[in-house]
Amino acid sequence: MPNLVNAHDPVNDFVIKFANVNGTGSASANSLIMKAIFRMGVPVTGKNYFPSNIQGLPTWYEIRVTRDGYAARAGRVDIMVAMNAETYSKDVREVASGGYLIYDATWPRSTLLQRGDITVIGVPLARLVNENFDGVRNRILLKNIAYAGVMAALLDIDLETINGLMNESYGKKPKLLESNTRALRLGYDYAKEHLQCPLPLKVERMDKTRGHIMIDGNTAAGLGCVYAGATVGAWYPITPSTSLMDAFKGFCERYRIDPATGEHNYAVIQAEDELAAIGMVLGASWNGARAFTPTSGPGISLMNEFLGLAYYAEVPCVIFDVQRVGPSTGMPTRTQQGDIMLCAYASHGDTRHVLLFPANPEECFYMAVKAFDLAERLQTPVFVLSDLDIGMNDWMCKDLKWDDAYRPDRGKMLSAEELASLDKFYRYVDRDDDAIPYRTLPGVSPKGAYFTRGSGHNQYGAYTEDSAEYQVVLDRLKRKFHTAARYVPKPEMIGKGDSKIGIVSVGSCDGAVREAIDVLARQKIHVDYMRIKAFPFGLDVESFLSLHATIFVVEQNRDAQLRSLLTLETAVDKSKLKSILSYSGFPMSCEPIVDGVRATLPDAPRLTAITGKQTR
Amino acid sequence: MSFINKPKVAHPSLPTNALGMTRRQYEGSMSTLCAGCGHDSVTAAIIEACWGLDMRPEQLVKLSGIGCSSKTTAYFVSGSHGFNSVHGRMPSIASGANAANRELTYVGVSGDGDSLSIGLGQLVHAIRRNVNMLYLIENNGVYGLTKGQFSASADIGTMAKKGEVNQSPPIDPVLLALSLGATFVARGFSGDKAQLVPLIQAGMRHSGFALIDVLSPCVTFNDHEGSTKSYTFTREHYHPAIEADYVPPAQEISVDYPQGEALPVELHDGSRVVLRKLGASYDPTDRSAAYSFIEQKLKQNEYVTGLIHIDEDVSHEFHALSKTSSVPLNRIPYEKLSPGNAALEKLLGRYR
Repeated sequence: MPNLVNAHDPVNDFVIKFANVNGTGSASANSLIMKAIFRMGVPVTGKNYFPSNIQGLPTWYEIRVTRDGYAARAGRVDIMVAMNAETYSKDVREVASGGYLIYDATWPRSTLLQRGDITVIGVPLARLVNENFDGVRNRILLKNIAYAGVMAALLDIDLETINGLMNESYGKKPKLLESNTRALRLGYDYAKEHLQCPLPLKVERMDKTRGHIMIDGNTAAGLGCVYAGATVGAWYPITPSTSLMDAFKGFCERYRIDPATGEHNYAVIQAEDELAAIGMVLGASWNGARAFTPTSGPGISLMNEFLGLAYYAEVPCVIFDVQRVGPSTGMPTRTQQGDIMLCAYASHGDTRHVLLFPANPEECFYMAVKAFDLAERLQTPVFVLSDLDIGMNDWMCKDLKWDDAYRPDRGKMLSAEELASLDKFYRYVDRDDDAIPYRTLPGVSPKGAYFTRGSGHNQYGAYTEDSAEYQVVLDRLKRKFHTAARYVPKPEMIGKGDSKIGIVSVGSCDGAVREAIDVLARQKIHVDYMRIKAFPFGLDVESFLSLHATIFVVEQNRDAQLRSLLTLETAVDKSKLKSILSYSGFPMSCEPIVDGVRATLPDAPRLTAITGKQTR
Repeated sequence: MSFINKPKVAHPSLPTNALGMTRRQYEGSMSTLCAGCGHDSVTAAIIEACWGLDMRPEQLVKLSGIGCSSKTTAYFVSGSHGFNSVHGRMPSIASGANAANRELTYVGVSGDGDSLSIGLGQLVHAIRRNVNMLYLIENNGVYGLTKGQFSASADIGTMAKKGEVNQSPPIDPVLLALSLGATFVARGFSGDKAQLVPLIQAGMRHSGFALIDVLSPCVTFNDHEGSTKSYTFTREHYHPAIEADYVPPAQEISVDYPQGEALPVELHDGSRVVLRKLGASYDPTDRSAAYSFIEQKLKQNEYVTGLIHIDEDVSHEFHALSKTSSVPLNRIPYEKLSPGNAALEKLLGRYR
C-alpha cells in the first residue's frame, strides 16, 4: 500500500513495528519507547497484535509517531525491529520501500534479508547482552531493553526521559533498575558508535501531549464504573474484556476500602459462567446496587436469555462488550465490531436494547458513567460496545475530568415516604406518559412489594395470559424505546453539512475516518461525517441520512451490521448506503475509506472496490 | 386447583405474632397448582415459619426459577418482593441480590428440574460461594409443567405414569450439598409440616447457604404405584431421624429433652436450633459421618429427614469472605463511592 500521506517530512511521522516472541518481556521495552516519545511531547499510538497464547507464539507491537495526532493504525511500516527469527521473512516483506529493518546480527541472516529498497541494520544484541549479563531469563529480558537503547539512539529519543520512566517502574528494586539502565546504555552506546545516528525518521521534541494521557479503554471504563458509583461487578474471564474488571478491582482496592475498618465498599464476584455473571448483575441491580459485567461476544451469546428478562421485567443493568473477532471463538486477540446486531436485538421475542459506542478510552470513561445513568433512568439493559483495539491498546486521550457535583441518576425509584403517600403501588403503570414506570426496592416497604417475572404480566405486575393486558405492556416498552432516543448521546457531526457525500461510522473506526477526511480534503474532496454514539438513533441521525445523497457506512465487520441497523431503524433509502468494511481483525487504517470514497467519483484513478477489504 | 379467592379480612380472634400480624397476612396470591400438590403444603410451612419468626414482610426476598415449584413464591408473603427468574438461574439472581443488600432474608424456591438439571451449575456454585440464603428444593422426581418427564432426581427403577422405567441414577441434593461443603443441609417431607416449619426457620436464620430438600409428591404425574416419589411410597420410606426445634433468641429452651439426645446449636443471631437424634451416636456437625449415614440409608431406600448437617461458622459466609461493608452496598452514599476529581488528577500521573 503506497503511503497516501506521502512526500512529507519524516520527522515525528513514521511507524515502528516490533516483531517479538510472546512471553519474552518485550512489552515493557516497547511501551518504554512509546511512553518516552509521548513524554517528548510527540503524539503517538501503540497497537499490540498479540496471539491467544501465554508464551512462544509471534507477537507484534506497532508504534505510530504522529505529529498530527492521528489515532488510527497507519497501514504501513517504516521501521521493523525484527526480533523473532520465525517471522523474519514475513516481517521483511512488510517494510515500506525506503524503510529500515533492524535485526539481531549475532546470527547472520543475509539470505533472508535481501531487499534492495530498504536499509538493513544489524546489531549483535544477543552477543552484547550475553557478554554483559548472567542468567538465561535475565538475558532474554534485557535484550529487549538493549534494543530500546538502540532505538533511542537511532530515533534521537531522549535517553534521560527513558531513564526517568525506568526509575518510576523499578525505583523500589535497585538491582533491576541497575541492570535495565546498563542494558539500555549498552544498546545506545553500540548504536552511537557503529551506526549512523539519528536516522532521517526521528523524534523531535514538540508540545502536543500536554494535558493528555496514554490509557487503554478497559482501564478507563473500569475507572468510569468506580466514578459512576457501581458497587457490584460480576464477570467471567474472557479476552479482551478481562482487564476491565482487573482495573475496576484495582481502583476499588485503592479508593473503596474503608481505611478505618478495612471493609470493602464494593463486591467483585467471579461467576461460574456468563449466564451467572449477568444473573448476578440483574439481582444486584434489582436490589438497588449499580452493577455491571464486562464480557465479549461469546459471553453476550450466553447472556441472551437473561437479557430478555431484563428487558421485559425492566431491570437496569450495564454490560460492557469489548468486541473481538467472531463468529464462534473466532480470533480472541483480534479486533472487530461484529456484535452490533447481536446486542441491538439480544434475546428471543421482540426486544431492542440501548447501545453506546465509545470511540476511544476517554469516551469509555464518560460513557461508563452515562451507561449507569441511562440504565436506571430507562430501567433496561445498556450495552457499551467497545472493542479490543479501544479496550486493550494505549491511546492518547485528553485528561479525564470529573465534576464533583455529579450525582447518579437513579431514575424513578420510590422511597418509603413516597410509597406511603400512594394509594397503591403498581409496577408497570405509565404515570408520567413517558413510558417509564416507577420501581421499588426490596426491604423498603411492604407497600412497594411486587413480583418480578419474565412471564406475561399486566401493567399492575400480575401474571396474565390476556392478549390486551399483555399488549399494553409490550406497546409501552416500544414507546419507552422512543423515549430512550431522547436520552442517549447525540451523534458527533464533522464538516459543513453541505457536501453531497456523507460518512457514517461508529466506535474505533473514528480515527481512520478522520484521517481519511483530511487526506480527501487535500485532494479537494470534501465530505461530511457523522459518528453515531448510540442506539436508538435520534432525529439527528435521520436528518443526516436524508440530507446526503451518497453515504458511506464505515465499520469493522463483514456483514455491514451498522448499515443493516440503519436500514431497519431509520427511514433511509437503502440504496444510498454504501459499505466500507474492514474485518481483518486489525484496527482499521484510513486507506480503504479514502479508496472507497474516491472509487465512486467520476475522475477517480485506480482504486480498490467500494467494499474494499483491508489491504495489508 | 382451588377456585375460591379467600377474602383478606382477618377474624379478630385469629392469633397474631409479635408484630400483631395474623398468619393470613403472610399469605400470597391464590395457588394455581393442582389440588393436593405437595408444593402447597410447603408454601403453608413457609407462611407458618415467617409468621412464627415475626418476620417483617419487606425483610423477606423471594426468589425462584421456572417450574411448578418456582411459581409458589407468588403464593406466600405478598408484602415481599419476589423475583421469578429464568429456568435454573435463580441462584445467580439471589447471589447478586444478596451482594447488594446483606441485611435481607433470601428464600429461594426451586424444584428438582430447575435445580438438578438445567440449574445444577448455578446451584453448586451458590453453595460453594456460601451465599446467605435458604434454598428449598421441592423434589418430586418429575417435570410437571411439561407433563411428567423424569427429572434428575428420579430413582433407578421408578416408573412414569405412562409406564416408562427410569434407568439413570438419581442426583440426591442432600449428598450433593454435603459433598460440596454446604453449611446447612436438611431434608423434609411436604406431608410433615411439624418437622418442616422449624427446619425452614433455622435455615432462614443460618448464616450461609441452607439447603432443604423437601420430598413433595406430584399428585398428577408421579403419585401412582411404581413411583418412588408418590405419597404412599414416601410415607412408607421417609425416616424422620433428626428432629430440629427452632428456638428464637432470648427464649428459654422449654421442651424437656431426654438426656443425651438433644444438641443445641447456636445460630449467628443468638437463636438456637435444637437437634434431637434417634441414634445417640449421630453427630450432625460431622460432615463426612453425615454423608456416609445418608448414603447408607438411601441404599436401603430410606429417606432420612431432619437437619442432617450444620456448620455455623460465620466466617465462611460470602460477605465475611469478601470483607464487604457491614452497611449494605445499596445504601452506601455516593459521596463515599466516588474518589472525586482531586484523586483523579493525581491518578492521571500514572498515565503520562
